[in-house]
Amino acid sequence: MVYCTYNKPAIFLEQRNTHCQNHKRAVSRNQFQERSMVIRIIIVAVAIIFVIRLAFLQLFDNTYRKLADQQALRTVTQFPARGLIYDRNGKLLVYNEAVYDLMVIPKMTKHLDTNLFCKTLGISLDDFNARMEKACKYSSYSPSIFMKQVSKEEYGAWQSHLYKFHGFYVQKRTLRIYDRPIAAHVLGYVGEVDQADIDNDRYYHQGDYIGKSGLEKSYETVLRGIKGKKVMHVDVHNREIGPYKNGSMDTMAVEGGNLYTTIDADLQEYAEELMANKRGCIVAIEPSTGEVLTLASAPTYDPNLLVGRIRGENYMMLQRDISKPLFNRALQAQYPPGSIFKVAQAMTALDLGVITPSTGFPCDKSLVGCHNHPSARNVQEAIKMSCNPYFYFTYRRIIQQNKYKNIYRDSPYGLTVWHDYMQRFGFGTRLPIDLPNVKSGNIPDTNYYNRWYGAGKWAFSTIYSNSIGQGEVEVVPLQMANLACIVANRGYYITPHLVRFYGPDSTRNDEFYTRHETGIPAKYFEIAANGMYDVVHTAGGTARRANIPDIDVCGKTGTAQNIGYDHSVFISFAPKDNPKIAVAVYVENAPGGGGYWAAPIASLIIEKYIRGHVTRTDLEKYYHDAAPCQKLPLTRISKKKKK
Amino acid sequence: MENKIDWISLLLYALILVFGWLNIYAACYDESHAAVFDFSTKHGKQIIWIGISLLFALGITLISPKVFSQGAYLIYFAMLGLLVVTLFVASVTKGGQSWIDFGSFKLQPSEFAKFATALALAKYMSAPDIDYRQNRTKLLSWTIILIPAVLILLQHDTGSALVFAGFIFPLYREGLSPKILVIGLVAIVLFVVALLVNRFIIVGALLLCGLFYLFVWLNKRTRKHYIWVTVALLACSLYTFSVDFAFQNILQPHQRDRIYVLLGKTTDTKGTGYNVYQSKIAIGSGSVFGKGFLNGTITKADFVPEQETDFIFCTVGEEWGFFGSVAVIALYVMLLLRLVTLAERQYSRFSRFYGYSVVSILFIHVFINVGMVLGLLPVIGIPLPFFSYGGSSLMAFTILLFIFLRQDQERTKPI
Repeated sequence: MVYCTYNKPAIFLEQRNTHCQNHKRAVSRNQFQERSMVIRIIIVAVAIIFVIRLAFLQLFDNTYRKLADQQALRTVTQFPARGLIYDRNGKLLVYNEAVYDLMVIPKMTKHLDTNLFCKTLGISLDDFNARMEKACKYSSYSPSIFMKQVSKEEYGAWQSHLYKFHGFYVQKRTLRIYDRPIAAHVLGYVGEVDQADIDNDRYYHQGDYIGKSGLEKSYETVLRGIKGKKVMHVDVHNREIGPYKNGSMDTMAVEGGNLYTTIDADLQEYAEELMANKRGCIVAIEPSTGEVLTLASAPTYDPNLLVGRIRGENYMMLQRDISKPLFNRALQAQYPPGSIFKVAQAMTALDLGVITPSTGFPCDKSLVGCHNHPSARNVQEAIKMSCNPYFYFTYRRIIQQNKYKNIYRDSPYGLTVWHDYMQRFGFGTRLPIDLPNVKSGNIPDTNYYNRWYGAGKWAFSTIYSNSIGQGEVEVVPLQMANLACIVANRGYYITPHLVRFYGPDSTRNDEFYTRHETGIPAKYFEIAANGMYDVVHTAGGTARRANIPDIDVCGKTGTAQNIGYDHSVFISFAPKDNPKIAVAVYVENAPGGGGYWAAPIASLIIEKYIRGHVTRTDLEKYYHDAAPCQKLPLTRISKKKKK
Repeated sequence: MENKIDWISLLLYALILVFGWLNIYAACYDESHAAVFDFSTKHGKQIIWIGISLLFALGITLISPKVFSQGAYLIYFAMLGLLVVTLFVASVTKGGQSWIDFGSFKLQPSEFAKFATALALAKYMSAPDIDYRQNRTKLLSWTIILIPAVLILLQHDTGSALVFAGFIFPLYREGLSPKILVIGLVAIVLFVVALLVNRFIIVGALLLCGLFYLFVWLNKRTRKHYIWVTVALLACSLYTFSVDFAFQNILQPHQRDRIYVLLGKTTDTKGTGYNVYQSKIAIGSGSVFGKGFLNGTITKADFVPEQETDFIFCTVGEEWGFFGSVAVIALYVMLLLRLVTLAERQYSRFSRFYGYSVVSILFIHVFINVGMVLGLLPVIGIPLPFFSYGGSSLMAFTILLFIFLRQDQERTKPI
């Protein structure tokens, strides 16, 4: 066995040797030298095991990375402000108001002057304790909402003492504010998303807000903007430490785009005032552009009622109201149009050539009744006097064109032709207005009657009520206003719409600039316009009350029969040449006919719009206060509760 | 002729020290206390400890190594006295009673007991007339080891007590039968298996192994073989049956839980298993290159308790990734292998034995600490040498190492 393996000075070697000689087992003292290798191997082996383990944890398994992000990072959404809504003159209709969610971190509250706290917020001690308990239940360390949507005023009073309230802070949110309590049905309302919204669009999460109706719904993607996100680093107690990676993962919120609508706020307000105490609606359109000036449905409600903490309660109240204030009659009510429908019949018959402008029919009241008037000698007189038998005969010529001997084959042929014409007038189809839930009305076709009566079992005599806008015909008030536009434009209409342009780039929708032609020559519409002028201006016209000094109003009355009192209908446009406005007024259950209720209201709208003010103050006052029907309780929802 | 101090060990020591401090800084990092020399923070305090430790190191290199070889027993008994005193005056910290409070700072005598025991054992083993094959030698050497171990165990510091098992390595190097290593290994394996598998199955398997050894493995069988196999089988079976009893009655509840979590018998990521679960998340999320210095999301957010002390390796894993972790392990392996080499080149048995003691104390610490952090061993709280936050451990390890480096420097002179 080698004792000394190293080079050493001889003197020490010698010393060592003497040392060894003195002891018996000196030579065997370093006899286990090879065991150092075993120890080295053990060290290296353990290191290798560790490296393998590290490789498994860090290289082959990425679940830990996910778990780490899950528990140490919190994504905070930055909510963009919702877009504003303006009227056609640049007046602000809808804007946002800052409200404050009062947040609390229960663990951080100490030495709280509860008395002062409750006093400044206007809550009771019991209420305070209940809210605090709820917050503690959620988490002692992470913030939870102590009080939702505290208004600026309440916040102001409370804020001056904020330094005394440790553990409390506020989170800014926005609420919709409606400058004037008008156009509730047009603007719609905003509410929290439901499960269906979340399933449909991955943009939304629980607690987000979404446009539920009106423009808020149809322009949701414009108004909502783009949410931003902030990735925060949180610690083991779920407290935020700071931005993750100095905010490099964050995205900025993009504010919602503004809507520039076609609504005239003053006219809208006036229309709603006129419709107080009545049920029905007013639709006013600028014929040359298709821009909707006013879309009022009565009864209505203050849109501010459906905002903030009071929303749920008020919504229930409005929904239970028997007069259906939430129902937008202008787009969703499918009414029988009554006599205003005759204008479209006259144009169709003239274009088909089944009558000429000078065709006359006797007012014989044989099958359809009529009021007392001399027989119409031509189309213009027929429109002026709204002669029911005249249009019964006209409709018979449209339906029974003698293409087939068998009337059961002839009538379906005529009906198909007529149906096509009606669609060109925008009836029986959903007008592509930029509001949700528009109804199409009903223009019956052959299938419709075949379903009712069976094929070959109906003919003109079954369906003649359609001629005067009764029977199976149903029309939405928007389509009525559109009919006035068609006559005003002498043969075409532009899709009615409510938004001119939107967003930062002033985007325009091409659909709103396309002309929809009826294909009927303008000369026939000139006859209709003349007839409608006579309705208002000449003796024997049905709407003399709509006469405005200095303004040439053209109109057509309607009195729609139904279960209950007749509805009062009026469509009009003015001035006769180069029209600026087309109006349809529909007043439900208003006995006295179209000329008594709807026509003067329409004329007030026209005067207000064209002249800017109303000269006929007596008429204005009368129709402002009058209530046509007392059968149903009418509620004018006012601003009685705000927040 | 004066030799130079071993600069390789010195360099490795310095690297580990610096890298350790960087990770303590990262683990305690807080935007508002980012200053390096802020002595109210832990990384600031650690700078003080490093400074004091370096002063100790300098002091040791200036005095003769004979001070430690001659005064070994004195130091040993002084430390034993300190441990006894600790038992009576200790303040309770984290469930242990191993700290003596000196007002502004605390001292952990158990850390210093390690090098004292190493010195005493080395002194005893290097006596000229010592033969390890004598029973008296075996008994006395284990007594030297067990007295401080038991005293530390009484302070409820199981981790530090376990370190004393590391003295098996220097004893093995000096002639302890390798059978004890094998028996120890078998005991550990049987312990784990007994907790996981039905005891009768184990006994059956042992029996099969014995029969296989006797009738298939061996060509010639003597009576001696039969007797030994029977004795071994009986001992193993008895041990297996007693594991359950020992586990339930000797170990403390939290230790039982930690072992159960390690063996996967309970998966409690919120309670007992929380530390290791978070530690694995922190290390695992580091991936290949880590999240970068000061960018660890888990360690910075206090998810891992004790992350600047016993779980400091998490910070390495998270912020420096696989490469950083392997680098740290490599640093320790290099230091340990270097120290083995140094120990082998000693002329005196005292220095060699002490050198191996240094190697094994450091090795046991690294093994238990990293094994625990990686979820390979049950949670036993002992620091990572030169790396973890803590004054006592850093000073004790520095003294431990530099006494040996000083001896190595003067290896050619008689002790």
